[in-house]
Amino acid sequence: MSNYTDELVDFDEALDRYDPVLGFEVHVELNTKTKMFSDAPNAFGDDPNTNVTPVDLGLPGVLPVVNKTAVEYSILIGLALNCQIAEKCGFARKNYFYPDTPKNFQTSQYDDPIAYDGYLDIELEDGEVFRVEIERAHMEEDAGKLTHMGGAAGRIQGADYSLVDYNRAGVPLVEIVTKPIVGAGKRAPELARAYVAAVREIVKNLGVSDAKMERGNVRCDANVSLMPKDADKFGTRTETKNVNSLRAVEHAVRFEIERHAAVLDSGAKIVQETRHWHEDTRSTTSGRPKSDADDYRYFPEPDLVPIVTTAQWVEELRSRLPEPPAERRKRLKAEWGYADKEFRDVVNAGVLDEIEATVAAGASAAVARKWWMGEIARLAKAADKDIADLGVTPATIVELNSLIEGKKINDKIARQVLEFVIAGEGTPSEIVEKRSLAVVNDDDALGKAVDDAMAAMPDVVEKIKGGKMQAIGALMGPVMKATRGQADAGRVREIVMEKLGL
Amino acid sequence: MSAISREDVVHLAHLAHIEMSGAELDKMTGELDAIVGAIASVSEVASSDVPATSHPIPLTNVLREDTVGQTLSIDEVLLNAPDSDSDRFKVPAILDGE
Repeated sequence: MSNYTDELVDFDEALDRYDPVLGFEVHVELNTKTKMFSDAPNAFGDDPNTNVTPVDLGLPGVLPVVNKTAVEYSILIGLALNCQIAEKCGFARKNYFYPDTPKNFQTSQYDDPIAYDGYLDIELEDGEVFRVEIERAHMEEDAGKLTHMGGAAGRIQGADYSLVDYNRAGVPLVEIVTKPIVGAGKRAPELARAYVAAVREIVKNLGVSDAKMERGNVRCDANVSLMPKDADKFGTRTETKNVNSLRAVEHAVRFEIERHAAVLDSGAKIVQETRHWHEDTRSTTSGRPKSDADDYRYFPEPDLVPIVTTAQWVEELRSRLPEPPAERRKRLKAEWGYADKEFRDVVNAGVLDEIEATVAAGASAAVARKWWMGEIARLAKAADKDIADLGVTPATIVELNSLIEGKKINDKIARQVLEFVIAGEGTPSEIVEKRSLAVVNDDDALGKAVDDAMAAMPDVVEKIKGGKMQAIGALMGPVMKATRGQADAGRVREIVMEKLGL
Repeated sequence: MSAISREDVVHLAHLAHIEMSGAELDKMTGELDAIVGAIASVSEVASSDVPATSHPIPLTNVLREDTVGQTLSIDEVLLNAPDSDSDRFKVPAILDGE
């Protein structure tokens, strides 16, 4: 059916001869309480077919009614993508026959999307900014979920039958479509990943989607074509469907570039078709050719009247827009004074919110970073939990830090106290009190411990007298042991020097 | 001139997953052509300054608040299902649909 070959050309070599052109369709599931056209709950993980109304089943005589919140969320997405918002738009029926929709059509938008002509500036790893033009963002509904039974491992190939759950049918979707992305060159796979990551971050930041790719809240179809370096016309594209992790988006684009180059090098033509992504082999296989199956015979949905957006409504929504994630990062980095790598690590660790809250609660940016990237990250990893789920609050960090700065406890004790906080024993101050963890810095007790240590190690004392100040460290062990680790190291050092008249 | 050819009907039947005999195709070609012809007469009446419409009443923004309502029981949901299994509709495996 298709004349493709799985021969691949080395990525760099392919890019020497061809320019890639990309295009993305990203579907975002909105987290409204109800579905797009019915008042059934929009909820993930419920028992099959429990969130279903007659509208979702397409029963005769039903009348869909548009969810106002879903429209507002769609406008918010459009605004965040720097789009124009249509003054008037409507819905259309996209006709196809498949058991994932019992209506035999998907209610979507056709030639009048609610948002159009936008752009998103994508910052790549090294700081280079690449502008991706947005063609449109339109409203539609999700389809039901099919589970293929029998055959091999739930794949449709060889399945005996399929089971359908319509809980997801009618869940509000916004489909975001880019214009062709030209000029990314070797950075195409990286840009692909960064673009989908940016869209996911934006919808999460807007609060309009749970934005969990592993749950299918954000799904990506990736279009790839190659054109020879000297060509002025785009090549034939393929559309790799349902590439549903950021890593997979990057790999799928890279794979298709390598595969297209091999096909074109051999003199054959790329078949315009959908491709299926396989995470296990990091490759794509041929799906169906783009032909009559794309003949959806759209026509205006007669059961739904047009949506008219007034300037006042749009501006009210615009005033609700949060600070864009990219701008926020730029601002925080400047405010906190972190080095590039420090800041990148903080972003990758996903603790921007935590550090921001800790700084707001009164800690310095350096202290906040030390805790969240250090001990808290370590404890989260040890407990196999997300940092956010560990139960450490910004107030805990501020309190721990003021205990350290007030010399009530040292760093080492503070780390222990943190573990007790996580274990639910109370606030840091309560724990220090209850467990008698306050640093021993009354000079009598410390003086005695120092005397004992010096008596036990005369050779060390001689070294110190001879000017080897680092030898004081050798006394620290016995002193800490005598005070159960609660001695203030700085004070111990001072006492030693005083005693030796240095 | 015919607006609907026999090939058009074959194509539509394929899209709709409907199997049609040769006699049925012939019959349907004539009937669909008559329907399309009748509808076409509307555009002869409408002048170019009349915008296309999909709704006879000039309503806009019929919206509902995002509030959860009543759903069907499982028994009601599956009442018309030809077959079901584990509270889900059971359908023949259909290869490579979208």
